[in-house]
Amino acid sequence: MSLLHWAILIPFLFAIIVPILYKYIRPIHTGWFVLLVPSVLFIYFSPYITPIANGETFMESVPWVPSLGIQFSAYIDGWSLLFALLITGIGALVVLYSIYYLDKKSEALNNFYVYLLLFMGAMLGVVLSDNLIVLYVFWELTSLSSTLLISYWYYRDASINGAVKSLNITVFGGFSMLAGFALLYVITGTFSIQEMIGQAGTVIDHPLFLPTIILILLGAFTKSAQFPFHIWLPDAMEAPTPVSAYLHSATMVKAGIYLVARFTPLFGGAPEWFWIIAGGGLLTLLWGSLSALRQKDLKGLLAYSTISQLGMVMCLLGLGSAALYFDDANELYTLAIMAAVFHLFNHASFKGSLFMTAGIVDHETGTRDIRSLGGLMLVMPATATISLIGAASMAGLPPFNGFLSKEYFFDAITNATEYGIFNMETAGMLFPVIGWVASVFTFIYCCIFFFKTFAGRFETDRFPKKVHEAPVGMLISPAILAFVVVTVGLFPNLLSQSIIEPSMASILNGLPMDNEAFSVNIEHWHGWFSLELWMTIGVVAFGSLIYAGMGRWSKWSIYNKNVDPLTPVYDTTISGTIKGSQMITNIQMTGRLRDYFAFIAVFFLIITGWTLFRFDALTLDTGSMSEVTIYEGMLIGLLLVSVLSLPFIQKRIAAVVVLGFIGFLIALLFVNFRAPDLALTQLLIETVLVVLFMLAFYHLPELRKETSKLTFKWTNAIISFGVGLLITVVAFSAFSFGQGNEFNPISDYFIENSADLAGGYNMVNVVLVDFRGLDTILELLVLAIAGLAVIALIKLKMKEGDDV
Amino acid sequence: MMKWKTNNLLFIHITRVASFLILSFSIYLFFAGHNDPGGGFIGGLMTAASVLLLYLTFDKRKIDEMLPINYVNFIPTGLLIGFGAGFIGMIFGFPYLTQFFDYFSFPLIGEVELATAVIFDLGIYLGVAAVALTIILTIAGDEE
Repeated sequence: MSLLHWAILIPFLFAIIVPILYKYIRPIHTGWFVLLVPSVLFIYFSPYITPIANGETFMESVPWVPSLGIQFSAYIDGWSLLFALLITGIGALVVLYSIYYLDKKSEALNNFYVYLLLFMGAMLGVVLSDNLIVLYVFWELTSLSSTLLISYWYYRDASINGAVKSLNITVFGGFSMLAGFALLYVITGTFSIQEMIGQAGTVIDHPLFLPTIILILLGAFTKSAQFPFHIWLPDAMEAPTPVSAYLHSATMVKAGIYLVARFTPLFGGAPEWFWIIAGGGLLTLLWGSLSALRQKDLKGLLAYSTISQLGMVMCLLGLGSAALYFDDANELYTLAIMAAVFHLFNHASFKGSLFMTAGIVDHETGTRDIRSLGGLMLVMPATATISLIGAASMAGLPPFNGFLSKEYFFDAITNATEYGIFNMETAGMLFPVIGWVASVFTFIYCCIFFFKTFAGRFETDRFPKKVHEAPVGMLISPAILAFVVVTVGLFPNLLSQSIIEPSMASILNGLPMDNEAFSVNIEHWHGWFSLELWMTIGVVAFGSLIYAGMGRWSKWSIYNKNVDPLTPVYDTTISGTIKGSQMITNIQMTGRLRDYFAFIAVFFLIITGWTLFRFDALTLDTGSMSEVTIYEGMLIGLLLVSVLSLPFIQKRIAAVVVLGFIGFLIALLFVNFRAPDLALTQLLIETVLVVLFMLAFYHLPELRKETSKLTFKWTNAIISFGVGLLITVVAFSAFSFGQGNEFNPISDYFIENSADLAGGYNMVNVVLVDFRGLDTILELLVLAIAGLAVIALIKLKMKEGDDV
Repeated sequence: MMKWKTNNLLFIHITRVASFLILSFSIYLFFAGHNDPGGGFIGGLMTAASVLLLYLTFDKRKIDEMLPINYVNFIPTGLLIGFGAGFIGMIFGFPYLTQFFDYFSFPLIGEVELATAVIFDLGIYLGVAAVALTIILTIAGDEE
């Protein structure tokens, strides 16, 4: 394991220590210790900037399940480094902010920081993994830990609902993504992304290409809250504000963006990929900015603005992916990628600071409702300044960094008609129109955010709390982010060589890098005659006009509808699923054990029997069987007699004894076949089982006469006979099949190697602990769960009407 | 747990000796596992059986005083040891759950094989014994 692996694992390891710190060092806010982790990691990742800007990449690999091609491989290039720096850098600021936001006396800080560290580690894992399976594991961990964070105030219904919604949607996407990864493995034969990129051409021409990208993009779109999966993001605002700032502006929702960009070298250049991403992104941009106008909650507004801004980045990535259609880099397309990377960074900085100021307003005034806020500018001057910087940057005003990336966005979409591929000469007209309209809406909601909160007259009695400026500690983090916004806005080329160019190189991996389309030079001024400048001026002019007329249009009923039109769709789906499963459960769960046995047996009969016939696997060859010895004959005879006597036994105790007897006979059979381990296990299990039976016996009612009908008995008899017959046939067929073909049973391998490879002469045990250790330990886990379930059932009995 | 209604002297006296014999044998089985019949699973079950014999013979309160152990705690302990033993290989750059073994000479005992698999097996042993005991004692201790 290299240092890079440890960097991913450190947050997880530290998460184990947090509860101990919280318990024993109470006077110090636990956040101060946690702050160490992202800070140290940020310092660790920073030195990578120089070598990566020089075109180097780093790959460290540890075998995990080498036989399946699963390596825990950490890969750093420009794109993953940008994310690693965002995760750790903004992570440090968020932790610092949370120290002042969450009260150490009344909040369960141990839970909070454990979840936050889990999330941080999972996020680092996602962006640094090169192996798809490892990436998927971390991906689901981000879903899980973010759900825990959203439901941090678990006693609130809204928190739980938001958490469940986000889990439902992101995990649905995660599962389909896993299926997409499996298809990719089928196509390329490797799980390594970098190796796949080497075979990019074969992937696009493969017949499975379309299902693969749809499945993978479902994962990316659900995670990045793209239309129509965006509905979970506003509900996720129930999380504490530091969490929202971290998950929903800086990291989690960007995972989908990360994934799309990461796969661009593999899928880019295909029209399907181009249209799904560019079109989906554009639609999300419009929908998010329009919905943001309707929000009455500060954080809700920011949530929809995140949705729309992510749509914008997604759209740019889609446009830029056309570059891979040709063999050399063209400035037309690389510009879009550059704008995407630049805006991603800018969005993280200004949205982070905006979320934090929204949190400050909530924390100091006790409300986030836009309708009751107002006039805070004089009371909270520092917060207002930071908000103004963030909002102006989001609206795309000079000289802030959002202006620059917005200009490049305009630049990229106005060029869309010139692409000359994928019908862009006609459909490309839509891009600048929709993009411009969405930008007007963006400008308006930025105005709403700032002016409704900070402008106007200040009236004390409108707030539930006595309003004052936030403590300095709470202001540090948003101030640092606002400082970044301003600095990058004034000196945009600070990042060009070190961050943006290496990121573009990794997104457009495979194109010749020495092309001058790759050299980034960001300028404020494009001249009086540039279309982008006039578009920006138009946005400001129209936006101000519409905002000025807000008094009129805010009375429209559409403005006052608070629920996203897509939310009812989700709700009906969920309630329909619940109803459907209840219906099936009512039919199937009769509460009688014998019915369940019958279901299982019938299912087994149908599936296995059908497979046998379908593949024509019925073979019967008694020629090569060995003789049945007299002992075996006797044992089998005894077994038969005792099994057949079971249905006729009326007394429960006799039935238990006969059952035990059958078990011991089977143990004897194992002894006869020289399998001492199995025999020992069988003996012990049988002993323990009989004891268990005897104990439970005390509680059971006397065995009643079966009152069931004759037909029921006959059905049972037929099912049992069928299962017995099927198993016999399968055993015979398997045996004959093995005889006829040159089939090497797996046991040969164990017989040959158990002494050499594992140093043990007891093959059964060697298989258990050495060759198949994972099976064993997971089975122990199953046993443990069963044991705990027994405790839960018996010791923690539920009262009448209790819910699980 | 219900107590035997009559004082069966023979049963009590045999149990006193037998349960410890069984316990020692189960420990022997555990260590013998790698080369002879035995191992963590069987050893664990047999340990559980010997403790159960005590519970069956004497009443629950007496045994609880004699062995003040909460078997539930051993379930996670066993799991942790088992899962943790898998990481030994990873530290040296081998896949998860890689086991090692070698032969060492000790004074008095002679040459002995030491294997990391034994640590793993210890986890299984503890887990199985604890689960078996937990299930049976919980069901038996149920008052209703």
